[in-house]
Amino acid sequence: MSGNPYLFAAYAVTWIIHIAYLGTIVRRYARLQREIEELKKAGGRS
Amino acid sequence: MKRAFPILGVLTAILLSYALYEALVGAPTEQTMGEVQRIFYYHVPSAWTAFILFFVNFGASVYYLIKRCAAADIVALVSAEVGVVFCTVVLVTGPIWARPVWGIWWTWDMRLTSTLVLWLIYVSYLFLRRFSSSGQTPILAAALSVLGALCVPFVYLSIRFFRTQHPQPVIGGGGSIDPRMLHVLLINWLAFSCFAFLVCWSRYRLENLQRDVDQAHALESLLDPGGSMR
Repeated sequence: MSGNPYLFAAYAVTWIIHIAYLGTIVRRYARLQREIEELKKAGGRS
Repeated sequence: MKRAFPILGVLTAILLSYALYEALVGAPTEQTMGEVQRIFYYHVPSAWTAFILFFVNFGASVYYLIKRCAAADIVALVSAEVGVVFCTVVLVTGPIWARPVWGIWWTWDMRLTSTLVLWLIYVSYLFLRRFSSSGQTPILAAALSVLGALCVPFVYLSIRFFRTQHPQPVIGGGGSIDPRMLHVLLINWLAFSCFAFLVCWSRYRLENLQRDVDQAHALESLLDPGGSMR
């Protein structure tokens, strides 16, 4: 039984799922950093 | 604490690389299924990690229901989110293994169906957290997580209670496993558990920060009601 393509697919898809999720965390961090900068600017003006 | 995160990150990356090497090269090839059996080294540890995270979610939810502690609410949210990611891996790698071994991608077998239901319960939990703006959301979510946690033992024991195509458990199920395969399985579980812990940690910090920013926005709009509103 040649299972290699399936093995490769399973391992690849596992890491794609994890990396995609890590990507969402990084994106949310970046958005929050921007919001914090805006808040600091708004705090400085008032 | 700031130094611990990158150090643990590097150690986890090394452990994951070693676990991958062991899964692909170190572990002996199974006689009946051949190379495709190696999917087991990602599928099973992902399932165990998801189950542990769902139990953490349950514990944190119960604690939140009793004490109304914000940190417990964050732990519940984070563990459910990361648990869903691992459960997704289980639901995707299972059919990839089943296709060459069973000849089908999916069957409405009790183990497979109950795992899908479990995943749907926790996805509903995350949707509830994401889209409900009611002040009662954490309480409703905590109640839902209790229901989800009840499904975890059902999923695990379903292969004992029902006739199923799914293989019997490798540990505590009366089956036997080559000690080298068990070693690789446990190494992978350790690696994925460390990875899950780090992801949870980072997600916890993010959620904490998000709540601080939300509070700051609320304060800003209170102090400056005529200012730019979001």
